[in-house]
Amino acid sequence: MVSPGEEAVDPGQFLRASRVVIVAGKGGVGKTTVAAALARMAARQGLTTLIVQVEQASGLARLFGRPPLTYIESSLAPAAGTIAEVRGRTITPDDALLEYLEDHGLRRISRRLVSTGAMDVVSTAAPGIKDILILGKVKSLERSEAADLIVVDAPAAGHAITFLLSVRGLLDAVRVGPINAQARDVLELLTDPVRCSVMLVTLPEETPVNEAVETAFTLEDRLGISLGPVVVNGLYLPLPGLDVDPAEAADAAGVTLRPGEAEALAGAASFHRHRQALQEAQLERLDERLPIPRVGLPFLFAADLGPAHVDVLAAALRDEVTTLDPPPPETPPVPSPETTP
Amino acid sequence: MTTGASLAELVQRAGIVVCCGSGGVGKTTTAAALGLQGAREGRRAVVVTIDPAKRLADTLGIGTLTNTPSRIGGDWSGELWAMMLDTKSTFDDLVAKHSADADQARRILSNRFYRNISSALSGTQEYMAGEKLYELHEEADFDLVVVDTPPTRNALDFIDASRRLTNFLDHRLYRLLMSPTRAYLRAVNLAAQAFVRTVSKVVGGEVLDDALAFFSAFEGMEEGFRDRAARVQALLVDPATAYVLVASPRADTVAEASFFATKLGESDISVASLIVNRLHPRFGSGRAEADRARARTLAGTPLGSLFANLGDLRAIADGEESTLAELSAQVAPAPVVRVPFLADDVHDLDTLARIATYLFPAR
Repeated sequence: MVSPGEEAVDPGQFLRASRVVIVAGKGGVGKTTVAAALARMAARQGLTTLIVQVEQASGLARLFGRPPLTYIESSLAPAAGTIAEVRGRTITPDDALLEYLEDHGLRRISRRLVSTGAMDVVSTAAPGIKDILILGKVKSLERSEAADLIVVDAPAAGHAITFLLSVRGLLDAVRVGPINAQARDVLELLTDPVRCSVMLVTLPEETPVNEAVETAFTLEDRLGISLGPVVVNGLYLPLPGLDVDPAEAADAAGVTLRPGEAEALAGAASFHRHRQALQEAQLERLDERLPIPRVGLPFLFAADLGPAHVDVLAAALRDEVTTLDPPPPETPPVPSPETTP
Repeated sequence: MTTGASLAELVQRAGIVVCCGSGGVGKTTTAAALGLQGAREGRRAVVVTIDPAKRLADTLGIGTLTNTPSRIGGDWSGELWAMMLDTKSTFDDLVAKHSADADQARRILSNRFYRNISSALSGTQEYMAGEKLYELHEEADFDLVVVDTPPTRNALDFIDASRRLTNFLDHRLYRLLMSPTRAYLRAVNLAAQAFVRTVSKVVGGEVLDDALAFFSAFEGMEEGFRDRAARVQALLVDPATAYVLVASPRADTVAEASFFATKLGESDISVASLIVNRLHPRFGSGRAEADRARARTLAGTPLGSLFANLGDLRAIADGEESTLAELSAQVAPAPVVRVPFLADDVHDLDTLARIATYLFPAR
């Protein structure tokens, strides 16, 4: 927590640091939930926000209590007073390719190209082309200022690396033509911290921590993408008093416990303490191995998350962000994509 | 597989167990635990994983896995083997097996388009998983093959992959392009030419040349591939192949599992068992709401915290059960097996054995 007088990060400034935030993490860590919370936090800060979903299987719309997203933008949470709107859409490779071909005067054959399966031949001939089309579309949304903030719900970790690194691979495979130009544009977007950053999501558990560290280093070293704070999701928050024996606690409060209640209270307390101890150990490992700021989000004790939970997480994220160290006044110069090997 | 059989019966009798589910639900660990149990039951079991995070290697405490199974030593009557699928080498082996001569194999293996297939063509991993499974079961004499599927959205992609890929290898467009002299095809061929011109414009001619060279080198091998694919597919839908759904008790992964079950059902395949990992324990029988009400009255005291925590944990346990109710009904009579949250990550055979106590409770 930041004490009064100490300089804190302004949430608005944090959210305006880059126009596109790619939320990435291993399957099951709550990447989509964090993307939703970030979008809602931005909306509450008055920023219009667009969430882009790149995988079919995503509970994103469900988190907002809305029907599944499509390639056409739709509203996920309406504007209200000073709160801006959150909108959402999908970008699937086939749709992105169709749009790309139509934009390049190839409308006549575009449908056939996709329906005959010729797209499979093309994407095998030039691996990464699907990813480039998706990221190219994100780039054009960013260029056209589709929203104040664009949140990309990226594919699961292993694939997120392939997804983002595909740009470099494709530049090698396709040396001329519109796809090469597209890949250059995308690389420019990904390596410009003012335009784009990656927010990694993880859980306070061994394998997710390992994977987050590995992903962070791979993305930074091989792509030169800017990393935002790492989000540790599903934290058990400290509860003072859980180490007190239930019978004693009851005596102190002048309450008589029903039969079996002391055992249930003690069992639950021990479970909580145990999980918290495990989580502390993992947070320590994460801090040791990944020297970037981290923020934590609480575990919500609900199996089915909805709009109310997203709001709780958005508020928690806002509070956490204000505890971060303020960024240095001057952003260091970023090497242009041409000079990087 | 008889529906309603317990997991214990399943690992005793099934020839192949396919674990399906979305990412992060513990599929790899579950597959390893099933394989281990098979070995304990005296079977010659092999666990095949596809996960790029090499998690099975962690789980089994062995450093690296290769494309051929390695034997894991332990105190059991059967055998336990494990391997990590290498999509590219499996495909290479298949090409070597079906090519007419060494020259044809070499032309294919050195082609750039071919080299891209294993990394970039969707479905290739699933196809090779099926192929490897067939090889291990039919040719390497493993009597239990447990496979951890790629994180495919649709379980049927796995079953259908071999057919889709052979169609791709036998690509219609290519046939049109390669037979320009047949008069009756001329009209269609004009469209094909337009296609080639367009693709060249988009990705460059060099890239397309690789593709055409590949299809040309592949000529003559289609039949062998098609025949093999048909046998792989028959094995995948054989009654001795059991499909186990793995989920975590969260609404999103349960929705995915339900989608898998529906898709399997459309192909007349029933779910043999539903395994739910990472469940929260239920402490006593009281109501979460009552606990939370008491926590509010007692706020600020240790007892208040104790009740707040009990209420939270009872609420999540109840929420998980109600999230699972519909899926359990959907897969009935398949048994639902519950594995609680474990204190530590599973990274050795001892922790794997602990999971087994939940999967295979003592009778």
